[in-house]
Amino acid sequence: MAVNIFYFFIFPGLLFMAVAGGLLSWFDRKITARVQFRQGPPLLQPFYDFFKLLLVKETILPRHGSPVVFMLAPLLAVFGATMAGLFILLPLFNISTGFRGDLLVIFYLLTLPSFSYILGSVASGNPLAAVGSSREIKLVISYELTFLLIIAAVIMKSGQHFDLDTVIAMQRSGTPFIGSVSGVLLFIAAVFCIQAKLGLVPFDMPEAETELSSGIYIEYSGPPYAMIKLAKYIMLFILPALVVALLMNGMGQGAGILWAVLKILGVVLLLTLIRNTSPRVKIRQASGFFFIWMNLIVVIAIVLIAFGL
Amino acid sequence: MSKKTLIPIGPYHPLQEEPELFKLWCDGEIVRDIKWETGYNHRGIEKLSESKTYDQVFFLVERICGICSTSHPFAFANAVEEIAGIEVTDRAKYIRTIIGELERIHSHLLWVGLAGHFLGYNTVFMWAWKYREPLLDLFEMITGNRNSYAMFKVGGVRRDIEAEKIPVIRKEMAAVRKKIDLLTGAVMDDPVIHARTKGVGILTRQDVLDYAAVGPTARASGVAIDIRKDDPYAAYPLVNWKVITAEAGDVFAKAEVRLLEMYESAYIIEQCLDGLEKTSEEDITVKVKEIPEGAGTGRAEAPRGEVFHFVVSDGSNSPARHKIRAPSYVNIATFKKSCIGQTIADATISLAAVDPCYCCTERMAAAWDIRSGQKVLNANELIELSLKRTAEIRKTGAGHE
Repeated sequence: MAVNIFYFFIFPGLLFMAVAGGLLSWFDRKITARVQFRQGPPLLQPFYDFFKLLLVKETILPRHGSPVVFMLAPLLAVFGATMAGLFILLPLFNISTGFRGDLLVIFYLLTLPSFSYILGSVASGNPLAAVGSSREIKLVISYELTFLLIIAAVIMKSGQHFDLDTVIAMQRSGTPFIGSVSGVLLFIAAVFCIQAKLGLVPFDMPEAETELSSGIYIEYSGPPYAMIKLAKYIMLFILPALVVALLMNGMGQGAGILWAVLKILGVVLLLTLIRNTSPRVKIRQASGFFFIWMNLIVVIAIVLIAFGL
Repeated sequence: MSKKTLIPIGPYHPLQEEPELFKLWCDGEIVRDIKWETGYNHRGIEKLSESKTYDQVFFLVERICGICSTSHPFAFANAVEEIAGIEVTDRAKYIRTIIGELERIHSHLLWVGLAGHFLGYNTVFMWAWKYREPLLDLFEMITGNRNSYAMFKVGGVRRDIEAEKIPVIRKEMAAVRKKIDLLTGAVMDDPVIHARTKGVGILTRQDVLDYAAVGPTARASGVAIDIRKDDPYAAYPLVNWKVITAEAGDVFAKAEVRLLEMYESAYIIEQCLDGLEKTSEEDITVKVKEIPEGAGTGRAEAPRGEVFHFVVSDGSNSPARHKIRAPSYVNIATFKKSCIGQTIADATISLAAVDPCYCCTERMAAAWDIRSGQKVLNANELIELSLKRTAEIRKTGAGHE
């Protein structure tokens, strides 16, 4: 029991993920700044942001709406992200082997943050938040099918193994999945899914600063907003980690750890470059993009897998 | 009619820097009706102008707009010089034109950046504003100020552009062309930008004529109005350039017109520099003794469209009446045509596409009782009164035939 509490709160749980996510968030912001001819923030800026919100800023509750749901939603987001992160990182770090079927549990847990943002924004009673949450709902419906298909394709490729540990072990004994045509297609779809899950441009329409002035997060301030930031840091770490585990043969020992860090940084760099070289699309365009194009390439990948490519 | 949600954009909203309120009545994501309210930033400039001397009014009208801060002095100078019948020297004309066109380039670059920001494309925002920076440095070199240049006065300009500054400006014009090439490439070739801006916020040619839109907003719908050609002033008739138009009338066409206009501006500036080399230095102003009684109109093509100044002089040293119409005053009204029926995402970029400037546009209407000095009616009450009167006239049939 004690060891489980340690796993959840310290390593590889909340604390570790928050620190790693915060550092990745700095990396993302620094790269963004350099692309835009700016200097960029200091290394600890994401943590300054977090602690300022947590300790200094006051919480303002919306007068209309449900304060309980509004306050609990960010905690639910952090909880969902941390749990999903645990099931991803425990097998990735070779701490435990997980259990049969944990890939599906990860899939469900990863939807919790988006789900709680929707709950929280609807509970705030703000019209801009309502538009934002309706966009978030549409966005979730669009990308989740693609995301599920990607996981299904990985399960097929691993020979019907439903647990992350075996998927990683198979790649380590053979070749990484990304080393095949189907793997590359899955990687492309996965990167766009992550982009949407993280709410980065071009899929940031639920918050759309210049349209809805932060949309779903508009009423959040102080500690609840700090929790949302925390959930975002964690997601920024665990989603690239999941891709590394699913497609890029996870993490080895010794120098392999450095190699895994580089792989995660590479995925984050890709996300950052995408978000800095495109404008925000409309929700209808995003739905079309996932429903038609992303699903298509994942289905092609599945067909290729059936032929052993 | 189904129940509609009110989505407010403003008075404080990250879309636009100025306080203004757009009320979008939405059905889901579709905008069904739009109303706008200004009046958060009224400064009473027209009234203030009546208490300033002609020399001081230039500094006042320069502060109407922070971005097109030379178009208002330009129009005011045209108006006052019309009253006094002053013909400024060629060198002053060239210098005025150079300032006006440099301002157009920096204003359009600013818009391109903001449009990128409104679409969530912050890289374009940062790049365009970085490219705008050397132009502000040029302004600082020529006028001493990065903005609000204080270059104009009745009968000429305040500062000369010396011979040693001309090569610096030429070099910067060559450099700015390359930068516009890069931005134009980034905007024109990006498929996602096409998807976001093509067919969005369309103003047809007829809409433009109905709403009397001006500037790039009109030119993007194929209406080739440009005060610089239609009512030539300063050095514009002396140089060779063409009016840029586009046909589509959507946001993309407006961006296209602005991007291509920057090339024309650079071309105009280079010709004006040739003109400067031909004229003698220090010949930048004519002596003005007094402004006679009379009325004059001055027009200038600001980066956003026509700026109109009407000045009445009673022979004293300050205007007796000064009426200003900024381009946004007419352009904002086109939102009725461009935004209704669009999604919220499209409506916001359509709002931004006319490059509106609200503080130029602020108006106030009120009725005062002369005897007691008490305010009796405000704008809304005046409108209600007018509507009531119209209804009465309709009912009785008076006023017809």
